[in-house]
Amino acid sequence: MTSFKKWVRNITGALAAATLLASTNANAVGDPEKWELKFGFIKLTDMVPLAIAYEKGFFEDEGLYVTLEAQANWKVLLDRVITGELDGAHMLAGQPLGATIGFGSKADIITAFSMDLNGNAITVSNAVWNEMKKNIPVEAGKPAHPIKADALKPVIEEYKKKGKPFNLGMVFPVSTHNYELRYWLAAGGINPGLYAPEKGDTSGTIGGDVNISVTPPPQMPATLEAGTIYGYCVGEPWNQQAVFKGIGVPVITDYEIWKNNPEKVFGVTRAWAEKYPNTHIRVIKALIRAAKWLDDNNNANRPEAVKIISRPAYVGADKEVIANSMTGTFEYEKGDKRTIPDFNVFFRYNATYPYYSDAIWYLTQMRRWGQISESKPDSWYMDVAKKVYRPDIYALAAKELIAEGKMKAADFPDFASESSMKPATADFIDGIEFDGSKPNAYLAKFAIGLK
Amino acid sequence: MAYSVQTRLIALREIKVSAIALSILRMVALPAIGIGIFVLIWHLAAASIQTSLGQFPGPAEVKKQIDNLYVEHKEEKQRETAFYQRQEIRNAERQKTDPDFKPVIRPYTGKPTFVSQIFTSLNTVFTGFFLAAVVAIPLGIAIGLSASLYSAVNPVIQIFKPVSPLAWLPLVTMVVSAVYVTTDGSLPKSYVTSAITVMLCCIWPTVINTAVGVTSVSNDLVNVSRVLRLSWMQHVRKIVLPAAVPMIFTGLRLSLSTAWMVLIAAEMLAQNPGLGKFVWDEFQNGSSDSLGRIMVAVLAIGFIGFLLDRLMLTLQRYVSWDKNAITR
Repeated sequence: MTSFKKWVRNITGALAAATLLASTNANAVGDPEKWELKFGFIKLTDMVPLAIAYEKGFFEDEGLYVTLEAQANWKVLLDRVITGELDGAHMLAGQPLGATIGFGSKADIITAFSMDLNGNAITVSNAVWNEMKKNIPVEAGKPAHPIKADALKPVIEEYKKKGKPFNLGMVFPVSTHNYELRYWLAAGGINPGLYAPEKGDTSGTIGGDVNISVTPPPQMPATLEAGTIYGYCVGEPWNQQAVFKGIGVPVITDYEIWKNNPEKVFGVTRAWAEKYPNTHIRVIKALIRAAKWLDDNNNANRPEAVKIISRPAYVGADKEVIANSMTGTFEYEKGDKRTIPDFNVFFRYNATYPYYSDAIWYLTQMRRWGQISESKPDSWYMDVAKKVYRPDIYALAAKELIAEGKMKAADFPDFASESSMKPATADFIDGIEFDGSKPNAYLAKFAIGLK
Repeated sequence: MAYSVQTRLIALREIKVSAIALSILRMVALPAIGIGIFVLIWHLAAASIQTSLGQFPGPAEVKKQIDNLYVEHKEEKQRETAFYQRQEIRNAERQKTDPDFKPVIRPYTGKPTFVSQIFTSLNTVFTGFFLAAVVAIPLGIAIGLSASLYSAVNPVIQIFKPVSPLAWLPLVTMVVSAVYVTTDGSLPKSYVTSAITVMLCCIWPTVINTAVGVTSVSNDLVNVSRVLRLSWMQHVRKIVLPAAVPMIFTGLRLSLSTAWMVLIAAEMLAQNPGLGKFVWDEFQNGSSDSLGRIMVAVLAIGFIGFLLDRLMLTLQRYVSWDKNAITR
């Protein structure tokens, strides 16, 4: 045996040992209990972490063979997760909470991964926009932002005088969009209406100045065009779609309603998570990597992500429409394109970490609009948040990624000291401060809504 | 004799030739002209319909989308091959470090293409149709044989016959979810739901036609059966069934075309990955290609429906004892 061959052999041996070491390291979580998984999503740009984890092989790196399937609407999606047809899904942050407290379909759903921040907007029809525009101050030739609902109030009063209901659309009773739309309206002195599940009324229109109803996201533009609704709150690309189609004008993004608000989550049933703990951690690992990829190098990968999700099997809208919001800009009135680098945040600002305080904000809004029929003590809010939001599982996945060298500890909150509560913030359109530890005191600050 | 034998033969041949020419004209040229005129009207009409998703798809756009769908199908096949290769490499690496590891090849997790969606749809429709036939034929025979049973069952049939699949679907979905517990690797619920909905909607034509076929067995034959003192089973097998077969097949043919129509609606709502879901997903996508792709699906649905009907017609002719009857 020549010395060269020996040398090659040694090197290969060393390499094999190294891979062995690396793979034992990777197997610290243990093999997934379930290899083949099916996840549901709704055709919205914020499903992108799932698409990236699939396309970039992050799921496969975890030994998972995942099928992604578009669902018809949020209700179908939630019900299919509950019945076990889907292993998990892209969900509205309010869905695991609503399901757990029993508003709508009742089931124990948990989340250990927050999918994104921001990403929604409110769009009104051209006719409403022309009326609203008269009430909006002009700044350097363009409407001054953020546009408050104060500008919409006279328009709604006009409709009321004529006896016409002012119809608005949102995507689901416990959706971020419902709460954001109501928050924006109420901040402008418009009563969005209350729910009263204890009386069997789940339409959410009691005493409202407007009539808010449910429409699945992809059908929003068509419903607006048909004149069934005069405006809607929805995620992308369905606001930009209205601009492209020339049927409506986005007036405000949710970034302006509440800066860096938590949006979608990845939800599974509690039973599923308990039955397949390793699988769950591995899924979260893949999703964390996907989210990081999306925000890496100042959104450098976003154009590629846009190309991937514009395929018909994912979001399927035209590339230009998706790119408008995904690449750091947002087009309001046709031609009025403004820079909002944080319109879609997938990883920075610890976007993927499931904060209890995020859950508590949603619960306060459920109470504010009557979806929770009676006043609850502060401790109840914390208990529900702890039941549904699982930063502990997230931390296991993150530590695993750090140990494998795929991520750095600096990418994550300091798990040893993290309380999973965000500091109090007043980054809302009406400047009212939210402190997750005092939900009842927070509710008391609002003029419109239940306490 | 004014004409020689030869001229007469020529004349005869000419008549034959012109008859063939006529039948060619009828079989090929006229349908071609019909289709041609339709495509022209379609082209002109499409150009003048503007939607918010752009112009209504004309023939050229549809041709483009057919090509696109084919390219996507091929790309997906390539991805599938790459998927299996990656898996083999991964399994081999794992086995090197972990000799106890037993590799399992996981099936491809990619998206169904248009072509595979067609097969899912056919599969679902035949399942529903088969289930319907299994229930409908015996039921039809039973109510055909007994007038009192017929009077008892008829109101139920008449009430359920006009029910739309969309009305059944929520009920079927909930019942399937409650009753049918999936164990891994078995049929997906969306498939079962769609197939049962199809069955509920397409069962009626076969029941009614079978019953009519059985009732209209000629009295002479019934008397023969009585004279021979055939047992009930023999009576059904030797007399009733053969006499009723043409009507049964008429019913089955109607059922299959109903099944195909119902299926598309059922798939849309049940999310069964067939043509119905394709149409729904494209509608949701709302891209500038969506309308063209939906139009491709519309044509595919029509063409497959036509082929299914021809298939049943051929079967119907084959089993019918009256070969001269005109069937359309």
